[in-house]
Amino acid sequence: MNAVLKTTYREAVRAALREALLRDERVFLMGEDVGRYGGCFAVSLGLLEEFGPERIRDTPLSESAFVGAGIGAAMNGMRPIVEIMTVNFSLLALDQILNNAATLLHMSGGQVPVPLVVRMTTGAGRQLAAQHSHSLEGWYAHIPGLRILAPATLEDARGMLWTALQDPDPVLIFEHGSLYNVAGELPADTGAVGIDRAAVRRAGGDVSLITYGGTLAKALDAAGELSGDGIEAEVIDLRSLRPLDDATVIDSVRRTHRAVVVDEGWRSGSLSAEITTRIVEQAFYDLDAPIERVCTAEVPIPYARHLEEAAIPQVADIVDAVHRVVGAGG
Amino acid sequence: MTHTRDPVGEHRRELLRQMLRIRRFEEKCAELYSAAEIRGFLHLYIGEEAVAVGALQALTEEDNVVSTYREHGHALARGVPASSIMAEMYGRATGCSRGRGGSMHLFDVGRRFYGGNAIVAGGLPIALGLALADRLRGDRRVTACFFGDGAAAEGEFHECLNLAALWRLPVLFSCENNLYAMGTALAVEHKETDLAVRAATYEIPSWPVDGMDVVAVEEAARHAAEAVREGGGPHFLELRTYRFRAHSMYDPDRYRDKAEIEAWKRHDPIDGLARRENVTRDELELIEKEVAAEISEAIEFAEAAPLEPVADLTRFVHSERTGAG
Repeated sequence: MNAVLKTTYREAVRAALREALLRDERVFLMGEDVGRYGGCFAVSLGLLEEFGPERIRDTPLSESAFVGAGIGAAMNGMRPIVEIMTVNFSLLALDQILNNAATLLHMSGGQVPVPLVVRMTTGAGRQLAAQHSHSLEGWYAHIPGLRILAPATLEDARGMLWTALQDPDPVLIFEHGSLYNVAGELPADTGAVGIDRAAVRRAGGDVSLITYGGTLAKALDAAGELSGDGIEAEVIDLRSLRPLDDATVIDSVRRTHRAVVVDEGWRSGSLSAEITTRIVEQAFYDLDAPIERVCTAEVPIPYARHLEEAAIPQVADIVDAVHRVVGAGG
Repeated sequence: MTHTRDPVGEHRRELLRQMLRIRRFEEKCAELYSAAEIRGFLHLYIGEEAVAVGALQALTEEDNVVSTYREHGHALARGVPASSIMAEMYGRATGCSRGRGGSMHLFDVGRRFYGGNAIVAGGLPIALGLALADRLRGDRRVTACFFGDGAAAEGEFHECLNLAALWRLPVLFSCENNLYAMGTALAVEHKETDLAVRAATYEIPSWPVDGMDVVAVEEAARHAAEAVREGGGPHFLELRTYRFRAHSMYDPDRYRDKAEIEAWKRHDPIDGLARRENVTRDELELIEKEVAAEISEAIEFAEAAPLEPVADLTRFVHSERTGAG
């Protein structure tokens, strides 16, 4: 009998952190307000009390210094988990992430692996305006040497961290801020998950909805609505944004012949552009209609609720896009 | 005439030999650059040799070193073979970074030499992390972190001095103040030009050192490294020095007075030590011969070295997994 656990995304991440700290003494957590405050989003609440200040390290507001310190500690035998409050703040550490974490192994001819895990929140939807709401994971997915993960489910929130810690190279995990309160059930013995493959979250034969992270739930809602109209959408959760699991995406598109990419990032020069291009490169003759993209409007995310809602992908936008794709072509 | 050699004299002759090695190696690099054997950026350390040679005396093989893009001197003084450095500059497979780094990115992890970093101040956070890992494990290592005066204008410098002091990390900050951030003089970009004073505001013991005097550098570094190793937290040395050559091979050096350069050359760390130690012409010639032989061998090694196959272009973007897993 497999017992079932009621949990939330936040608790799942916390359980993953706790497990990692218990399993491997080389693991420590470092970042702004991860200790006494309990984590900006209360993810690490209670960990300082359990593991002490050497392993749950509050840092000054010095993103470059503490991300870089994570890199150095990883180079020197530790398995640090660095938390950055939001992806916008990570730009203050971009030098360390790109010029060091992603680069050192190659630049040193294979001598300097950096087994570092960086976690950060991403995404809009909480009226936090233009300096706390962007989805820049697509930028990071541009960089060779990094692995980029986007856990969208409780199972992935619980299981991706441990797998990431086994990786000899830097892994960035993007947790969408709207997911922390999502509640659900997990098997009590849930554990590490694979991070190499995308997952088909809903099977369907009429159109492929390709998404990840914070927009997965919206894509699933849209698929439910479309089902009422007689359109069965297949929903693919990319899970890993670098490397991309082309095979799962292409396999789906070859069966549905139609694709809509849903991405909370901006459209221009983006992850959605990359996915679209790969479909065109690998499955052009399988397509029955032009590919559609549902992305964030090309504006900094605004504060006012109605403006923010208008800026980011919504269920209705996805439904409309699917109708256009299904209505088009042969 | 024979000398009775005292250990101090012996040691100082070794310092002289190491500085000459760096000087002659780099003079050869400049020649090879002109001959188009070495490409990319080439930043010479000539004039600053006393800093690397003196400071690295204070470290053991177990200690860590983080360096900058002007790091030939640090690498040589740390014991990275001249041949593997030269092969790296030739872009060869047997170079210390397998031809992927070049002059600015020399690595030798076996000697805990964690590289030339070409982002000014970019190595400081790494040094903190190396030191933090040692501290968490209880290893009594020192991490020596070299950087220039230019780094003091970067945010990372201030973030790292604060964090290292706050956590009492075993870092020896070794600031090579050669008075110019590329072509910008210290006084043109800083209100407070006394960098040791800047470090002291973070409650880090810090003091200026005559970086043209290898004996003074060694003494200061030994004192500071000992304190760091004993748990005294980070220490900061402002090593006042000067580069005799331009910033890089591209630099026409329009921003410095010829008279200023000449004045500093009168403090040449190699000539100065040889004079003070009464090193004879014969002794010097012997060292020169030995150094020349080492450099010739390094060049021969580099010239004969294979190129990395283009098929291996994307190796080391990710670690190569071993075993069945």
